[in-house]
Amino acid sequence: MRLSSIVVKKNLLLKMGFTVALFFFVSLFAFQFLESTKFFPIGVDTVYAAEQAVTAEKPAGAEAKPDAKKEEYQPAPKLTEKDYPQVKGINGRIMAWLVAQLHLWFAAFVLAVPILVFIVEIIGMATKDKRYDKMAYEFIKVSLTAYSITAVFGGLLLFTLVIFYPDFMRYMANIFSPTMLAYAFLFFAESACLYIYYYGWHAMEEGTAKWVHLTIGWMLNIIGTVLMFLANAWVSFMMSPHGVDAAGVFEGNIWHAIHNHLWNPLNLHRTVANVAYGGSIIGAYAAYKFLSARNTEEKAHYDWMGYTANFIAICGLLPLPFAGYWLIAEIYAYSQQMGITLMGGVFAWLFIIQAVLIGALFLSVNYYLWCGMERSKGAERYTKYIKYIAFVIVACFLVWFTPHTLIMTPGELKALGGPYHKYLGPLGIMPAKNTAVNIMLIFTFLSFLLYRRCNKIATVSWAPIGNAIQAAIFVAAIINICILGIYYGYFTNTVLKVGSSVPQVASTLFVIISCMIIDVFMFKGAKEVAPLQWGKIPDRSQYALFILAVSFTWLMGLMGFIRSAIRQHWHVYTVFRDNSPDAFTPTIGYATKVVSIGVIIFMAIVIFIFWLAHISGKKNVSQGAHH
Amino acid sequence: MKIPRLLLFVIIVVISYGIFKAPGILLNQPIPSSLIVMYMFFAVVTTLLWITSTEKDMQGLVGPIKTMIQDPTKKTLRNIVFVIVPLVAGGITYTQLKPSYEAPVELRSIHPAPPSTVKAFGKTFNLATLVNPYRKLEKEDPAKFTQLVKEGGEVYFKNCFYCHGDKLDGKGHYAHGFNPLPLAFTDIGTIAQLQESFVFWRISTGGPGLPKEAAPWVSAMPVWENFITEDEVWKVILFLYNYTGYAPRSWEK
Ligand code: HEC
Ligand code: HEM
Repeated sequence: MRLSSIVVKKNLLLKMGFTVALFFFVSLFAFQFLESTKFFPIGVDTVYAAEQAVTAEKPAGAEAKPDAKKEEYQPAPKLTEKDYPQVKGINGRIMAWLVAQLHLWFAAFVLAVPILVFIVEIIGMATKDKRYDKMAYEFIKVSLTAYSITAVFGGLLLFTLVIFYPDFMRYMANIFSPTMLAYAFLFFAESACLYIYYYGWHAMEEGTAKWVHLTIGWMLNIIGTVLMFLANAWVSFMMSPHGVDAAGVFEGNIWHAIHNHLWNPLNLHRTVANVAYGGSIIGAYAAYKFLSARNTEEKAHYDWMGYTANFIAICGLLPLPFAGYWLIAEIYAYSQQMGITLMGGVFAWLFIIQAVLIGALFLSVNYYLWCGMERSKGAERYTKYIKYIAFVIVACFLVWFTPHTLIMTPGELKALGGPYHKYLGPLGIMPAKNTAVNIMLIFTFLSFLLYRRCNKIATVSWAPIGNAIQAAIFVAAIINICILGIYYGYFTNTVLKVGSSVPQVASTLFVIISCMIIDVFMFKGAKEVAPLQWGKIPDRSQYALFILAVSFTWLMGLMGFIRSAIRQHWHVYTVFRDNSPDAFTPTIGYATKVVSIGVIIFMAIVIFIFWLAHISGKKNVSQGAHH
Repeated sequence: MKIPRLLLFVIIVVISYGIFKAPGILLNQPIPSSLIVMYMFFAVVTTLLWITSTEKDMQGLVGPIKTMIQDPTKKTLRNIVFVIVPLVAGGITYTQLKPSYEAPVELRSIHPAPPSTVKAFGKTFNLATLVNPYRKLEKEDPAKFTQLVKEGGEVYFKNCFYCHGDKLDGKGHYAHGFNPLPLAFTDIGTIAQLQESFVFWRISTGGPGLPKEAAPWVSAMPVWENFITEDEVWKVILFLYNYTGYAPRSWEK
């Protein structure tokens, strides 16, 4: 015990040292850079002095203010190609693209894991089941190495941007420097919380100390979320600038710049997506460990871990389409041009890939649940329903990815007599997709319900009524969703059309919540027909977990690219033009290649992390054996 | 009797293919082959996922294949299969790679992104804020509105119906001569999805006004600012929506 704690300490010091060094290195660089901007003297006391000056100036009257503003904030510079430094042999845009994406992937993962761990830890405390605590600890262990890598890519991203886009960064710093400073300090606080949370896990396992530990976990999550929201503010500002005038002159209120039109939609979609993403990566880790497990005990543990991670991924997956539509609707509302570029223009083809990847997510999640029924003999009662679920899901999925504009050869175009298809055309627009995705979600939930009861028989007297009510809710909701989709979607104006998606979502949520509540009560004290045997799941199911993680990663890369690229030749949309030689809209092939290379790099690093966790796990086991 | 899983798999694949081909054969509305490939891919994958989700069915699926390959008594069958499969693969590859005289597929987006501002009628319009000046009359002065729609109809039948059709279904006299075809406004996928400012842009500047991205644009849609007035454009827009019964895309009621 002693020995391992010393090892741990050394490890801790090393990592802390590394993080602190990195932090100072990066901030040193950042300060240097910010200081070089003549607009914004960044020394902390000068900020203070500037603030004082502004407050002092206030009584001087309204007419004094615009002048002061003009001095402080310049319009967005009009750059030429020469203003973008070139480094021989390196394409700045691709470098920034890949590094930003890699940073985002790791950041999403390390932000998500503490959320999951926090929840699992609470469950463990509530159920007093030590297994949860053990699993939570293992989760966070996996994310720890990823955390340092996030920081490395963060630093690299800052360098890249400063080197290749100095004027742009200066402009952004001019507006956002207070938040950039806050970001750096929050990162520091986040590291502190994370290390205390992780390394203090066993020291704070009992009694009041556990509550302290939980509080630290909570702080870790709050700080992490604020960090992400700050970064989202910069990104969304570039798309929907607010708090600046048409020439890009900052009006001085940083809250306006942060709270721009797309900030909250982006915050929501990213937060939820991150949770689902974190679940999927942990699931892949569990699958990796499951497949390499040597004994049934290990197999059982990692099967259970994979199941839990997949469950979390589903919980995140269910609300995602709605958050996505909200984001897109807001983009559309902010700018018709951006909206159409996104959905109707060149990027429409990428949305087909998006749809396919999302379908892959749904299919793998369902497949994993179906395979999971093998864990209990009692499931034989339910396996016959799988084919109906599979049928509905694939039918909805085909609707979901039927494109708005069909890809046709000239011959096909002639045969059809025009670009519009009488039967596929109506499937290409939003109401059809909303209807399809809602039904897909309901049936995924059905898979889960069946899985839940595969080893049990309800013993409460009202079980038949309960089942009938659940069935009625399913049927009613599906009819409601179809009517809403078909009537309002096709026979009314766009306001009602968009509006009708809200009651559709409400129906889906109603099914999920009400049936879950009924189920929980109905299966209270249920009789077990056959035990649920963790570890007794076919190996092929584990590949579903891998596919889940890879599809998610690909999806994030793709959507991140689309989100950023619909600004087209703007750094800051309509305000600050991107005149660099690389400011073209890449072709579909080019873009997907860059994204795929990113995915491969990311996956390679993730496998490396899994391997690290694996060998460090081995060491602990052998140390334990030596006592 | 339970159908053997391998046979079932084959049957499902064949039926799915039949279903996707049916609109083309029976209803004269063929589904493009690019889409059929994707549909089939997911039909096959989902069927496989379903069948392999239980151990028993999984054995039913791969069992016969295993026996065919390993069982010494199945030698003849094996030899036949081992000849047929490569031949089929080769045949498919050949048809895929065989040069054809057909023009390549064009990825033309029907609704490209509009520019942020449009120069027409000697003025610059900001598309983000542009609205149809007559739209408000729909509620405020219905009589006047009906009159304007009627005038819009006249503009339409003097200028547009040759291509877009007398029923606004894209089947005008000259329509078949063009590629891309004139669009059908009755279709749920055209003006029903658009804001009036977008339609205004498309009518005023026509095919040549389309953005540079994804060029070449070979659209026959004329540049109407050269032939009709700004006022007439707004009126014909009223007519298009009124006749088809669609409401333009908007963000408030
Ligand atoms: C010479 C034939 C021709 C005439 C005449 C014509 N159009 Fe078109 N129009 C087209 C073609 C071809 C397209 C499709 C290609 C494109 O998008 O440019 C089109 C597209 C359009 C669109 C775009 C619809 C969409 O969904 O994006 C509108 C709107 C339109 N026409 C309105 C009119 C109006 C109004 C008139 C009469 C003032 C008119 N057109 C006259 C050929 C014509
Ligand atoms: C089940 C459905 C969906 C899933 C699983 C999903 C998943 C994701 C993921 C993982 C990300 C990356 C988040 C991040 O960067 O942290 C993302 C971003 C994005 N999604 Fe979705 N999404 C879904 C639905 C949609 C829909 C329906 C749309 C719109 C049509 C959409 C639009 C976007 C956009 C524009 C982004 C980019 C935002 C960014 O830069 O991060 N999503 N999505």
